[in-house]
Formats: sequence, C-alpha cells, structure tokens
Amino acid sequence: MFTSSMIMAILPELLLLTLGLLVLVFDLIWKKRDGRDLGWLTAGGLLFILVLSAFLAKPATSMEVFGGMLRYDMLGYVFKMLFIFGAMITSLFMMDSEKLGNRGESYILLLVATIGMNLMASAADLVMLYLAIETTSIPMYILAGFLRDDKKSTEAGLKYLLFGAMASTVMLYGFSLIFGFTGTTALAAITGFSLPLAIGVIILIMVGVAFKISLAPFHFWAPDVYEGAPTPITGFLSTASKAAGFAVLMRLFLGLFPLGSEYALMWTMIMAVLATVTMTLGNVVALSQTNIKRMLAYSSVAHAGYALVGVVSLSELGVGSVTFYLIAYVMTNLAAFGVIAAFSKIVGSDEISDYAGMSRRNYGLGLAALVAFLSLTGMPPFGGFVAKVFVFAAAVKADMIWLAVVGILNSIVGLYYYLTFLKVVYLHRMEGENEEAHPIPLSRPYAIALAVLSFAILFIGVIFGPWFNIASSAAQGLF
Amino acid sequence: MTFPILSVIIFSPLVGALIILMMPADRKTEIRVVALMTAVFALVLSLWLYLSYDQVAAGYQFIEKYDWMPSFGISLHLGVDGISTPLVLLTGVVMFTGVIISWGIEDRPREFFAFLFLLASGVFGVFVALDLFMLFFFYEIAVFPMYLLIAIWGWVKTREYAAMKLTLYLFIGSVVALIGALAMYFNSGFGTFDMLILETANFSPEFQKIWFLPVFLGFAVLGGIWPFHNWSPDGHVAAPTAVSMFHAGVLMKLGAFAALRVGIMLLPEGAKFWAPLILILATVNVVYGAFIAMIQTDLKYMIGFSSVSHMGLVMLGFATLTPDGMTGAGVQMFSHGVMTALFFAAVGMIYDRAHTRQIPELGGMMKALPWVGYTFIVGGLVSMGMPGFSGFVAEFPIFMGVWQVKPWVATLAVISIVITAAYIMLAIRRVFFGEMPKEFEGHITPIKTIDKVALGLLSGLMIALGVFPGIMVPMVESGVENVLRLLGGA
Repeated sequence: MFTSSMIMAILPELLLLTLGLLVLVFDLIWKKRDGRDLGWLTAGGLLFILVLSAFLAKPATSMEVFGGMLRYDMLGYVFKMLFIFGAMITSLFMMDSEKLGNRGESYILLLVATIGMNLMASAADLVMLYLAIETTSIPMYILAGFLRDDKKSTEAGLKYLLFGAMASTVMLYGFSLIFGFTGTTALAAITGFSLPLAIGVIILIMVGVAFKISLAPFHFWAPDVYEGAPTPITGFLSTASKAAGFAVLMRLFLGLFPLGSEYALMWTMIMAVLATVTMTLGNVVALSQTNIKRMLAYSSVAHAGYALVGVVSLSELGVGSVTFYLIAYVMTNLAAFGVIAAFSKIVGSDEISDYAGMSRRNYGLGLAALVAFLSLTGMPPFGGFVAKVFVFAAAVKADMIWLAVVGILNSIVGLYYYLTFLKVVYLHRMEGENEEAHPIPLSRPYAIALAVLSFAILFIGVIFGPWFNIASSAAQGLF
Repeated sequence: MTFPILSVIIFSPLVGALIILMMPADRKTEIRVVALMTAVFALVLSLWLYLSYDQVAAGYQFIEKYDWMPSFGISLHLGVDGISTPLVLLTGVVMFTGVIISWGIEDRPREFFAFLFLLASGVFGVFVALDLFMLFFFYEIAVFPMYLLIAIWGWVKTREYAAMKLTLYLFIGSVVALIGALAMYFNSGFGTFDMLILETANFSPEFQKIWFLPVFLGFAVLGGIWPFHNWSPDGHVAAPTAVSMFHAGVLMKLGAFAALRVGIMLLPEGAKFWAPLILILATVNVVYGAFIAMIQTDLKYMIGFSSVSHMGLVMLGFATLTPDGMTGAGVQMFSHGVMTALFFAAVGMIYDRAHTRQIPELGGMMKALPWVGYTFIVGGLVSMGMPGFSGFVAEFPIFMGVWQVKPWVATLAVISIVITAAYIMLAIRRVFFGEMPKEFEGHITPIKTIDKVALGLLSGLMIALGVFPGIMVPMVESGVENVLRLLGGA
C-alpha cells in the first residue's frame, strides 16, 4: 500500500532515475552534437531535482517506510540535497573534460552513483544499506577508470575496484555476524550485543566505512585513485562519496551503539585514535607532495579526520557540526578540484610548480583558488572556518580537549601547504615567459560552477546560522 | 533607529574592496582613487565616532546587536568603550595614510588594496566586537591577508620566509586562544558568546587559572610578547611600507587588545594569579627589545625591535592591573601605533629613493628630505618618551603603575628609556645628518605633497596628544574603570 510519504521519501531518487533514462534516450537521439548537450541536460535536470525535492521531499517527522527498509528523516534529506548539489556541479565540470564529457554513459553512471548515495543516507536496514553502497561503488569504479587510453586512469579504476571489493566484503561479513547473532537486519531492532560480538562487529564494519571515507590506515587507495581518475570524478569521489560514507557511519554506529550504551565508549575511543592518526598522517604526507591532485588527496584524508572529531564527541552538537562540516567541505573541495580541472584542461599538467603565475594568467581562476584553499585552511569569512570551530567545539564540550588540540595542531600543518600552493599561484612567475601571453580561458560551465561554489563558500561562511540549524536538525533524527 | 555607525565602519572597507576587485586591472589610477575615497570615508567615520563618544557616560556606546545564530548564542554585537574608541580612530588614520603611502605600487594594485581593505575590515571588527565568536571571526580575517600582502608585495629577499613565519605564529596563537574561548563558552553554561554576559559568569578560580594563560598568551603572540615575538621584526622588514604600517601600527594592538578583552576581562581571577609572570615577560620585552634594536644596522629591523620593546610597555601596563598602568597602556597603544606608522612611512620613503636601509650607508637626508627628517625626529622624541609628546603621556603612567606593584621591575624597565634614546638618536644622526654619500646625489627626489599630508597628520596627532593629553586620557580612563570593576575594584 503506497502512501504519499512513501513517494516523498524516494522522490529525489525517482527523479534521478527519470533523468538518467532521459539522458540515455537523448544520447541515442542526438547523433550530431558538440558534446555539451547531455551535460547541460544533466546539470539542468539536477538543478530542477534539487529545487523540487528541497521543497517537496522535506520530512515533517521521522518515519520508516517500505517495511523498514528506508528511514525518511532530516538526516537523509540534508545529505540527499548535498549529493544532488555535488552531482550537479560535477556534471558541469565533466562537460569540458576530454573523453568524459561527450559520452552519455558518464552522466548516467554519475546519476546512478548519486541514487546509490541517496539510498546510503536513508537506508535503515543492513541489506538495503549494502545494496546502496554497491549501487554507489560500481559506477564510481567505472568512472575512475573511464579514460581507457590512459594508463593511470585504468590503474585507478582497477585499484579502486580491488580495494573497494575487499572493504565491502569485510563489511558484509560484519553484517552477517549481526544477522547471525541477533536474527534481524533492521537497524532499529538490533540489540543485545555480547562483548565478543560487539568487538567483531565494530572492527569489521569500521574497516568498510573507513575505506569509504579514507581513514588511515585504510587510505592507501586514495592518492593513486585521485591522481589517476579524471579530475571532475576525483572531485565527486572526494566529496559526495565521502559525505555518503559519513552518513552511513553516523547511522550505523549511532544506531547500533548509541550514546549511553555499553559499547559506546569503545568505538568512540577507537575512532578518536583513528581520527588522530588520520589527521596527522594526511597532513604530514600532504606537505611533501608535488602533484596537486595527490596533495588534495592527502588533504581530503586529513579532512575526514577533522570531521570524525565531531562524530566521536557523540552528541547532537557533534553530529550537527559534522553535517555542517561536510556541507562546507563538499563545496570547498569541489571548488578546489574545479580549479584544477579547468587549469589542467588548458595546461595539461597537475604539478604544483606549473601553477606559477596562475593568478596573472586568469584572475578569476586565481580568486577561486584563493577562496577554495583558504576555506580548506579554515579561514573566515569562508565556510571552512565555522565548520572547524563547531567540530572542535563539539570535542571541547565532550571533554575531549586533547582531540581538539590535535586537530588544531594539524590545521596549522594544513595552513602551511595550502598557503604554499597559493604562494605559487599568486607570487611565483612563469619562467622566462610573459603570463599575459598565456591566458587560461575559462569555458562557461567552469565559470558558472566556480562562481556558484565561491559564492556558496562565502555565503555559508558568513550567514552560517540557518545552515547550521539545518545541519543540526539532521542530528535530531539520531538522538 | 540611529545610524549604525559601527557596522558601517566595519563594512565600508569591505565594500571598497569589492568595488576595487570588480574594476579592470589596467585602470590603476581609478583603482587608487577609489581606494583613497574608501579610506577617507572610514577615517571620517572613525573620527566622528571618536568625537561623539560620551566620556561622561562612559561604558559601551553605539551598541548594535543583530542575532546571527540564536541557537548557539552568537550575535553580531558591536559596541565601543573608552579603550577601543581610540583604537578605531588609529585604524582609520593608519588606513588613510597607508593608502597614500602605497600610491606608487605598480604590481597589481587592485589586489593589493582589496587585501589591505579586507585586513582593515577585520581590524575594525575586532575592536568593536562584543561577541566572542565574532571577535575570532574578525581576528582571523585580519590575520590571513597579511600572508598574501607580505608574500606578494614584500621585500624580495625575505618575503616568503617572513610571511609564512608570521602566519604560522599568529594562527597558532589564535587557535590556542580559541580553545580557551570554547572552554569558557561551555563552562559558563549560559549558552552565549556575548562577552557582556560572559563577564558575569564567575568562572571558578581553578578554571580561570588553567585557561588564562593560553588565552592571554595566544592573543599576546600578535602583541609581540616575549618569547613569541620572533615573527614580528621579520614580518615588519619583509612587508611593503603600508603593510608594515598596518602591521606594527594596528595589528600588534589587536593582539594586546584581544588579550585584554578576552584574557583579563573575562578571566580576572586568572589575570590576578598570572600577573607577575606577565609582568616579567613584558619587562624582558621592553629591555631585551631595546637592546636588540640598538645593535641593528637595518633601519627597518631597528624599528621592528623597537616595536617589540614598546609593545612590551603595553603588556607591562596591563599586567600591573592598576588604574595608572592600564590607562598608560591604553594611550600607549594609540601613541605607538601612530609613531610606528610614521617611522615605517619615513623609512619607506627613504628606501624608495636610496634603495638601502643600512644605517651606516645612509647620511645627510635632512637636506634632501626635510619633511621626512623633521617628522622622523618627532617620532623619535615620542619613542623616547619626551614630555610634550604622546609617548610621555603614555609611558609615564605605565611606570607609575609598575612602581606601585613591583618597584624593582620599574627600575629595570626604565633602563629601556635610556637605551631607546641612545639608538634613536644614533639613527637620526647617521641617517639625517652628516654628509650625504656621493652615490645618492641626484637620486633623492623630493617627496610628493600627498606624502606630506600623511606625515603631517601622523606627527601632528602625536604632538597634539602630547600637548593636550585631555583629548584622550579621560576617555581611556573611563574604559579602564570598567576593566577594574571586573577585577574587583582593585
């Protein structure tokens, strides 16, 4: 029996599916095309879906639909909007990407992955959750290896597939333990862990999730895959896909071992240690990178660590601040990868040293880089500042001052390499060349996407109140 | 509804920066004119604010409050008291003179003025913020443009190193203080960042003792407190002239001011407990800074270390926790700001013409650049604390205050006056008098009229304050009274 709330609960996914089919059809119909048509169709369609579902699909109360397979609540809603926004920006970046933007398959894969992420954020049953994760992962494996003639891209695809399959298997084993001992797969109904079971489940599931959000020591795939995958896909992988991992992490751990349950301290302590290792390792290794994509890969490892600080503080404030952090992070990192995609399309290089004189070659692109990297650093008036403050505030509130201190020490390391990159962009000159003779023209999709992102980063950094309220309303579903 | 003068002061540089960013890059003259107009606007507003501050009523005035994030107790709460009003004026003055001095910048003036104004906006924001969160927000905004300003337009030899060092130091300081601020927020239980409410929190003495030091020192890093002063001379030297003026003239006050506002005013028990330590650190600042300044041969390094020494006096005044000492410190912040801005402007003008800042290589500048010479001497007299100049009005009460608390510290710190007199007079003699070296002849072109306006304004302010202390001292006293009330009427 269908009710209207059931439709509303999966409205974004339904629309995404429709859009995917439309793209498939038009891919066949539009024989002669300049390659951007499908991109505009995807981006415009996603904008439409974003606006429509933002108004229609907002849940009034939390409820379980489809026989307890999905939860229809604010947490899912906020993350879904975030994924759709990320996909929209990514499709703009994809349009002018060679051998990616003029192929219909790439947009369809992107849309399918987005559907998977949406389901990941709202799954309330282990089976559903596993299906959602695979629905996301498989298109992403293909997209990472999409450039068949490029050795690095092929390697990235294969590596991602192997690591991903491994992590999924381990997580699935954790799920099977839960089912075997408790006899149910519905998240809300699972109770009664014995100590060995709890240890097993926590470790096995954590491995799977840690892979998704690239926590150390499960981050090894990230730099290679990020470097090899087409840059717009890397941007999507490092933002939306990571945010989806966090949604799963919060749903699973806060659902299975909530605040006050006997094993809550155990997993938060493990995660606090993981967060420390992840932040430190990501930042320290990023220091020595000479390739901007690899540097951002390690930086995104570090950012997963910061966000995790909010999770382990195990409070409404914590979950709210993680959600806000992810909103800010998705926009910021997309902007950073957008700058890189636009730059490497013209220059054909991802080496940091080749960015010398970029601000003179394209003033707007330089400003976009400035906004993105300062926001990654955590400087006001950009989104990254408020996000970091709230995450650390959650840690201080939970009496984990040491974790906040670790985070702060790490953001100083981060400051160093982000500023070093900006120094190359603004200060260094092209050797023996006049920058004005080598402009970097920005095509329209890039210009639109980067302008939207820069504005959004500034907007959530200054008018952060309403955004944080939305983020914390997501937390209420979990407590 | 009254005119929201404080928010207009904060946002006018920001609006100016946005307009400048949207102008085409090759319209350099127009960009400069817009920059100057913005600066004049901010100066006029801050002067108006200064003149209309009611000294009799005292307390916080021109209060504005807008809810920013009610669920977290964050509001855009603005207001000025007797201590911050002079600092707002100082910022206006330095911004105005800084734009004039930077008229000749040819490399990307658009970005330069935009970043400079972003910085100014942050500085204004810190001085008028009455909300702890907003204070941090503006504080960070004031810090990061420094990196770009120094790294891009600075002195080629050291700019990359100095810019990074400065940014790292200041960032570390501010985030350490931030943790303290968050601890205050949660410990108070009020659920607000409003400093006027947090003042009444009565944190337990243990809490205050633990957190005072991170908060105070975290901010005082920007005030150049020993042993965390190391970034400052390097930063001064590497920065372009206008940025040096901003940096030494205003930014270092930002650190001292925030250390007072957040450290001493919110954690008074902690301040009482740790005051002896701060007193000692500040004394080291004062004496050590003066000694190091004496052996410098680079004019800019000399002024950089003299700033460390003079900012030590501000910290010294705060640490006395007495009416005299704190009033002196308040006036010293203004006086030193104007004085260093003048020094750096003068050094910039000399360097632009002579292409060296080495004191032994210079000489005879008085004849070629009389305006620079006379105003530099005025600055020097202020620096030495001569009666009749603003330095005396500031330093005398500080030493009085220190004497009341620890006479031996006062005795020690007073040495600095002698040393200061020594290095300032030596520098004046070598740079401005004697024979001008042959190679400079013909290169030393006279300064422009607008430069004279800047130098005249800065030195005029110092003399005016020296001759009529009444134009500022009662105002600062009224602000200090409020601080002392929090300290328990000491």
